[in-house]
Amino acid sequence: MDHIPILKLRDFLLVTIQVDMHDRLAMQLQDDLTARISETGARGVLMDISSLDIVDSFIGRMIANIAAMARVLDAETVVVGMQPAVAITLVELGLTLPGVRTALNVDKGMALLESATREIGDSPAADAGHTE
Amino acid sequence: MPVTRSEALELRSAADVVSVRQVVRTWAIEAGFSLVDQTKMVTAASEIARNTIDYGGGGNATLELITDGSRRGLRVAFEDKGPGIPDIQQAMTDHYTTGNGLGLGLGGAKRLVNEFHITSRVGEGTRVVITRWK
Amino acid sequence: MSAATDAVIPRILKAHEADLLDEWLREQASAFRPGSKISENELRGQAREFLSLLQQATQSGNITDIKGPSYGRVRDMLGDVTRSRGLQGFSPSETAIFVFSLKRPLFDRIRTELATDPESLAMVTWSASELLDKLGLYTTEVHQKSREEVITRQQAELLELSTPVVKLWDGILALPMIGTLDSARTQIVMESLLARIVETGAEIAIIDITGVPTVDTLTAQHLLKTVTAARLMGADCIISGIRPQIAQTIVHLGVDLSGVITKATLADALRRALEMRGQRDRLLKPRG
Repeated sequence: MDHIPILKLRDFLLVTIQVDMHDRLAMQLQDDLTARISETGARGVLMDISSLDIVDSFIGRMIANIAAMARVLDAETVVVGMQPAVAITLVELGLTLPGVRTALNVDKGMALLESATREIGDSPAADAGHTE
Repeated sequence: MPVTRSEALELRSAADVVSVRQVVRTWAIEAGFSLVDQTKMVTAASEIARNTIDYGGGGNATLELITDGSRRGLRVAFEDKGPGIPDIQQAMTDHYTTGNGLGLGLGGAKRLVNEFHITSRVGEGTRVVITRWK
Repeated sequence: MSAATDAVIPRILKAHEADLLDEWLREQASAFRPGSKISENELRGQAREFLSLLQQATQSGNITDIKGPSYGRVRDMLGDVTRSRGLQGFSPSETAIFVFSLKRPLFDRIRTELATDPESLAMVTWSASELLDKLGLYTTEVHQKSREEVITRQQAELLELSTPVVKLWDGILALPMIGTLDSARTQIVMESLLARIVETGAEIAIIDITGVPTVDTLTAQHLLKTVTAARLMGADCIISGIRPQIAQTIVHLGVDLSGVITKATLADALRRALEMRGQRDRLLKPRG
């Protein structure tokens, strides 16, 4: 069975969802991501859904689950590139994706991840001028 | 109501949910739906197709391009011979779950379409018909 | 009508096609105003086609049922002629005359054929009259419908023009809404705002409703949905220009705007938007 590829970019994992996922593929992604976060100690996950023209309640729950599991493993999740038609439909469906941060595109998503994880992860010594 | 075209699809496995989405998308485009309306219809179909498979034990979906004189529409009927839904009212409220902790998504699907009809009999099966007009 | 009399009209249309065509064209020429924009050839072509289709359609019996399947091609042809005449600037009557002016030539032929049978003559003439009346009226229906379609399309275009999304600043869009908001308009506006957010990568959109006198439940809900959808996509919305009356309406309607940033004026909203951008820039600036 094929898996959705997960890329490592510095401290983060990048997932680009480009296919119309069937349910097993989605479950597989959840498992794979959780494993990779653990293995790599990644601080954040960037999920690019700009190619998804459908997000139904199952996919929506998968995204929320991934964010929740990532948080348990001390990683932030940012979902980027949601298409307007998808956003409108999700709102109509009543799916709010709690606990999921969003950004308009990969650039902004990465910036958001950087800032979100830097605040938590930085030791005071990393700031200019301080020594321990 | 005149039916211009119809096609039936089998719903057995999760892969069939993907097929339904793709076929409904194609037909929605042909019916002239806007992008947002296409998305709503395909999403609604996806929700119900999944129910048919997960909860209804599999079944079929019948797509129809229809017209009522002045406007064109797309109708999809989902049928299964599964356990049926004992309390439809409750099933339609959004947080209804059954066993495996996943909502049936019927209430949400209803909001995405213009017409929504559901009939179900315990022990016999369920039939859901959704329609969107251009 | 009996089968025998039913057959008279199609027979006449077939047997006297050439004569009917000539006489009909002469009738039309006298009916059309001078300087009309149809060439003789085009008119002749249309007339010939109509006669031929009519002849086929009347063969199947049930002569005056023009909405039935046997008249499908006749309706299509008349529909096309009407629409093209409409575009050329002809009035509905002028197009209907295309059909009505066939009456006299046809009645003349019927009278000649059934001279010895006054009862059938009366019946067949009545049928022919009814048939051409219905077809003529059909052209006016089509004319009306196509005018409506033009108007609807023009309205949609006006709608787009009247709710422009403007770029106020780098990363900040504004949508000044003016006039009453109905469900259809609000939906169009919502979709175009979200599309522009994607296009420009603007993370803040200010929806200004200073120019909106009243808001009903549906509209308030649409606004709320727009804000929620934008947030899902990764952008924030500020609603500005909420008048006291609208604030009251919204509260009365039970619409929950607590999660939405609201400002009294567009200027306040812009100030807030710039603050938000400033905060974001500070957060995202790489350190050390």
